[in-house]
Amino acid sequence: MSPKTLYDKIWDAHVADEADDGTCLLYIDRHLVHEVTSPQAFEGLRMTNRSVRAPDKTIAVPDHNVPTTLDRANAETMTEDSRIQVEALDKNAKDFGIHYYPVSDVRQGIVHIVGPEQGWTLPGMTVVCGDSHTATHGAFGALAHGIGTSEVEHVLATQTLIQKKSKNMKVEITGKLMPGVTAKDVTMSVIGVTGTAGGTGYVIEYCGEAIRDLSMEGRMTVCNMAIEGGARAGLIAPDETTYAYCKGRPHAPKGAQWETAQAWWETLYTDDDAHWDKVVTLRGEDIAPSVTWGTSPEDVLPITAVVPDPSSFKGGKVDAAKRAIDYMGLTPGQKLTDIEIDTVFIGSCTNGRIEDLRAAAAILKGKKIKDGLRAMIVPGSGLVRAQAEEEGLADIFKDAGFEWRMAGCSMCLAMNPDQLAEGERCASTSNRNFEGRQGYKGRTHLVSPAMAAAAAITGRLTDVRDLM
Amino acid sequence: MDKFDKLSGIAAPMPLVNIDTDMIIPKMFLKTIKRSGLGVNLFDEMRFDRQGNEIADFVLNQPAYREASILVAGDNFGCGSSREHAPWAIADFGIRCVISTSFADIFYSNCFKNGILPIVLPEEQRDILLKDSENGANARIEVDLEAQTITSSDGEVFTFEVDSFKKHCLMNGLDDIGLTMEKVASIDAFEASAGAERPWV
Repeated sequence: MSPKTLYDKIWDAHVADEADDGTCLLYIDRHLVHEVTSPQAFEGLRMTNRSVRAPDKTIAVPDHNVPTTLDRANAETMTEDSRIQVEALDKNAKDFGIHYYPVSDVRQGIVHIVGPEQGWTLPGMTVVCGDSHTATHGAFGALAHGIGTSEVEHVLATQTLIQKKSKNMKVEITGKLMPGVTAKDVTMSVIGVTGTAGGTGYVIEYCGEAIRDLSMEGRMTVCNMAIEGGARAGLIAPDETTYAYCKGRPHAPKGAQWETAQAWWETLYTDDDAHWDKVVTLRGEDIAPSVTWGTSPEDVLPITAVVPDPSSFKGGKVDAAKRAIDYMGLTPGQKLTDIEIDTVFIGSCTNGRIEDLRAAAAILKGKKIKDGLRAMIVPGSGLVRAQAEEEGLADIFKDAGFEWRMAGCSMCLAMNPDQLAEGERCASTSNRNFEGRQGYKGRTHLVSPAMAAAAAITGRLTDVRDLM
Repeated sequence: MDKFDKLSGIAAPMPLVNIDTDMIIPKMFLKTIKRSGLGVNLFDEMRFDRQGNEIADFVLNQPAYREASILVAGDNFGCGSSREHAPWAIADFGIRCVISTSFADIFYSNCFKNGILPIVLPEEQRDILLKDSENGANARIEVDLEAQTITSSDGEVFTFEVDSFKKHCLMNGLDDIGLTMEKVASIDAFEASAGAERPWV
C-alpha cells in the first residue's frame, strides 16, 4: 500500500461513493449548526418535505447573535432580527429533533468550543458547520471545515457532502517556542509566510515538536486560523494529549468502546514517505509575539517591527497595503509598540478557551487596565466561564477593570451589540482584521490573549515579554 | 437554481486583492432568515455612506457599471467566512460571473450552488480582462460555459478550467440534494459498515 497522509486516511475512511471523475460523497460524522447560516437550510428541508437524516449526529447552538451581557435572559437586549434568528434555531432544533444547547443552558457557547468540550469532536471524524472556523476541530485529527448554507441543507438531508479531494500541505514548526510566544503567534506567523491564499486547495497538517508540545487548546487555536491561510482544513495528528482531553467528555466513548476507538485513533498519523504537495517549515525559536498591522490576516509582523512601507510589496498588494494603512490610520515606519488602542477584546473561537483566559490572567494579576480603555473578556462557553470563576480568573479580570461577559461570538464579528465605534482601535484575540469586521470603520489588531492583556495595561500595542 | 450557459455582459473591474466576504456582505445583513433581497446590500460599506448615500467613485455606482453582470477581481476573491449571503447578494444584484486569479475555497463552492460561475485565470489573462473592463459599457465580455471560453471585447479568446460535475450542475440548474438522493443506497451501505467499524461515532 502506498504511504498515506493523515488527511488521506481520514478521507478514505469516509468516502461513501466515488464517481468516475473523482467526485465523492463524503460521509459526515458531526454536523454543527448555529443560528446565522442555518435558517434557510431548514426552510429548504420544509419546502421539499425532507427530514434530517442523522439528527443524533447534528448539534445546534446559538452563538453569533446572542448578547453577552449578564442580563441577556431578558429578550429585549436582543434586536428583533437577532431574536427571530435565535427563535428560528430553537424551533428548528425541536422540529427536527437535533441536539440543542439553548442560550439558557450553561453549556451554551461558541459552537467550535462547545463541540470539543462536550466530546462531540473526536479524532478521525469528519466535522462540518456553516462556519469557516470549523477548521478548529482539526486539532483532534478530525477533518473539519466550513460549508455554505446550501451545503448545510445537503448535509442535513443526506449526511454527506459532494467533495473532491484537496492536496496535502505540511506545515512543520520545529524546536521550541520562546517565552511569551503562544499558539496564536504560531498560526499568525504561518499565515505571514504563506499569505491568505497560500493554503487554497490544500488541507494542512501541522506537525513538529512545537506543535506536539501544545495543549489541545493551543492546537485548536492553530487549526482555527488554517482558514485564514486559505486552507480547506487544518489537521494535527492525535496523540496522548488528544486522548487525555477527550476521555470522560459527555459524548466520548466509554469503557471497551473507548479502547476500540483509541486503537483506531492510534493509526491516524502520516506514514513515513507520504507525498506532500507543499511543505512549509518554521523554526519555533524564530517565532515572536505577533500582531497584525493591516486588514488581512497576512498583514502580520513581530511586535518589535514597524508599520511597513506599501512600496515594499509586489503586485496588487501595493495598493491593498496603501488602502489598509490608510484604513488603519497608521504611518509607514511607525513602531507597532507606539500604536495606541481604545479597546481590548479577549474571546472568540480562536482564543476563548480556559487556557487563553489563564494566559491573560497571568499578565493581568494585580494590575489595572489603562484609564479610559474599554476591555472585555467573553468566555467561549458557559462552562469556560464557570471554570474561570472557580479558578479565580474572573476576579483578576474584574479587579483589573475588564468586563466579564457571558459566552458567545461577540466582538469577533460584531453581529450582536458588542461593536467598535467608527475609528476605534482594538487589540483583539479574534481571527479576522477585515475592514469593518468589529464594527463600521473599526480598526482591529489581532494578537494573542497574553498580548491583548499587555495592551490593556499600557493602552498601546505592547511586547508581552516586557511585562513578564 | 438558474441555469448558466452563455453570458454576455458588462464587466466591472475590482482589482483590489483579498476582497473578503465581510466586504461583499457586511454582518448586519446576515440577520435574515431568507436568501433573497440581499443585492441592495452588496458591498454595502464600500458602496454607501452611513446616511445611505451612494459613494460616487465605487465601481458599481458608476453609470457605466450599474448593469454589470461580470466582476473582474483581484487575487483571492471571497476570502473569509462561509456565509452564503455573499453569493446570494452577488446573484441578487445581477452578477453571474466573477473572474479572478484565485478564490477562497468555500466561496468558490458556494457560487456554483447559486448559479454564479467563478472563473480562475492566470494573472496576465485576468489583467487583460481588467484592462478591458475599464472601458465600461463599451466593453462587453462573453462567457461560454459549455465551450469554457471567455471572449474579450477585442475578440481575444481565453479558455478556462472548470470541474466537470460542477459544470454539469450549473449548465442544467441541477439541485445537488436531488442528485445525492439518487445515491441513497450507497449512503445506507456506508452508514451500516462504518457504524459497525466505528460504533462510537
